[in-house]
Amino acid sequence: MCGGRRDAVAGRDAGGVRLGRRGERTTESNMGLIESLKFIWLFLPNLMPREFYELGVMAVAFLAVVIFITLMVLFMVWFERKVVGHMQVRRGPLHTGGFHGWAQSIADTLKLFLKEDIVPRGVDRPVYILAPLIVFMSTVVAYIVIPFSKSLVARDINMGVLFVFAVSSVTTIGIFMAGWGSNNKYSLLGAMRVAAQIVSYEVPLLLSVLGVFMLAQTLSLSGIVEAQKHVWYVFLQPVGFVIYVIAGIGEVNRLPFDIPEAESELVAGFHTEYSGLRFAFFFLSEYANMFVMSSMATVLFLGGWHGPVLPGFVWFLLKAFSFMFLMVWVRATYPRLRVDQMMAFCWKILLPLAFLNLLVTGLVMAAV
Amino acid sequence: MNWSELLSAPLAFKMLAAAAVVFAIGAVALKNVFHCALSLAAMFFALSGVFVLLDADFLAVVQILVYVGAIVVLMIFAIVLTERITSASVRQTNYLVIPGVLLCIALLAGLVSVIRASSWPSLESGPQQDTIKIIGRQLLSTHVEAFEVASVLLLAALVGAVFLGKEITRK
Repeated sequence: MCGGRRDAVAGRDAGGVRLGRRGERTTESNMGLIESLKFIWLFLPNLMPREFYELGVMAVAFLAVVIFITLMVLFMVWFERKVVGHMQVRRGPLHTGGFHGWAQSIADTLKLFLKEDIVPRGVDRPVYILAPLIVFMSTVVAYIVIPFSKSLVARDINMGVLFVFAVSSVTTIGIFMAGWGSNNKYSLLGAMRVAAQIVSYEVPLLLSVLGVFMLAQTLSLSGIVEAQKHVWYVFLQPVGFVIYVIAGIGEVNRLPFDIPEAESELVAGFHTEYSGLRFAFFFLSEYANMFVMSSMATVLFLGGWHGPVLPGFVWFLLKAFSFMFLMVWVRATYPRLRVDQMMAFCWKILLPLAFLNLLVTGLVMAAV
Repeated sequence: MNWSELLSAPLAFKMLAAAAVVFAIGAVALKNVFHCALSLAAMFFALSGVFVLLDADFLAVVQILVYVGAIVVLMIFAIVLTERITSASVRQTNYLVIPGVLLCIALLAGLVSVIRASSWPSLESGPQQDTIKIIGRQLLSTHVEAFEVASVLLLAALVGAVFLGKEITRK
């Protein structure tokens, strides 16, 4: 678990790490170099037109996010296989790379890169090709507003939560494009299940988050974290948190709610016809979406970057990965639900419970 | 407002506006109904970008959340469930196309004349920091009647949907 986090940190300030390796003797010149880099960084906005500077900042933020997602997904795939393996009294990947098969997901990625790019003859070409890009982009955009620590956030907009849910709802269209463009009945069935599922589970998800808005009196992610300085909202909104966990797992289509890609019924659901790099995009965005859900849980309920001793982003990643572990645990524990069971559960249990939670929160706030 | 003002608009606005027009035309003119729905979604994206330029960030986010995330998805759902219109490219127009175009031109002319006639009060107050709070206050004070009427309308639609969805058994 530490490996992934250290990699992510190193990816963010690779310059600093490289400087540190030169040893003790050159420390002074290093300090000079760091100082001059800082100087250039501060005066960069004055050296070029504002538009170029803004574009450059956006490009750097985008690159950092993509590198982080890649490393996080590589680690997460391996971690999930190991955890699920041990929970099922297996060992999981063991050979590639030596230590507990740590290089297994890297090898899998390389394999996906090298595979032939197949576009079946019957597909709707533009839709088929655009679909994985739209799914991936709509996931990446959400990372722009996630506050990893007090200062480590690409853009702190004042309605961050809504922004995240808005852009992740675009994923549905990408999945629909994949399913419909593939011209395959299993893909289409999978895509239709996704649409029904995401649209349904978005309702209790947003309602469960509303309780947090009411307590924090703001929609800004940083503001919500600041408001949890003393008490995490998971203690003030326990019902909201439970609803969030269930609806969040439903929203990212993971077990026990993974009927859109139920292998026993639908081959592989909406991405049946995809292979190689295009499939890798779907795979990446599934795990990237998991991380978005986890970090939203961290921000909304688990106090974000607040925590003793360790720096803020370490706490943030610790909490987010603990939530990911919870999702993996749930996956290894429960069997897949049927479509009708899932829908009935969402509309007949989760939704009334979310409304009740909202009502009680409002009443308590009015009374106090 | 005059045309020179339009020419001096920011480049981002020009691009977004052009994209919105192109995708809007695509939404009615493309052969394949599924492509039309996707074009509509792209048009909503461009509109949301225009809202961002106008500092209406709440509107921009809600535009995507409601229109792209829910309404277009529902439209696509309906298209996919209707077998005949997805299987082949069917004709998108019927004999009402000419009256439709005339009506659109009349609407456009009316809008342009109203827009050009009104004097736009320019408030130099700068971007609002907390739009969402202002919108919430306005909704529950000044516009509370409209808000309540809209919620009753939604309730009626909900009851209607349940009635249509439920199989009626006649004894």
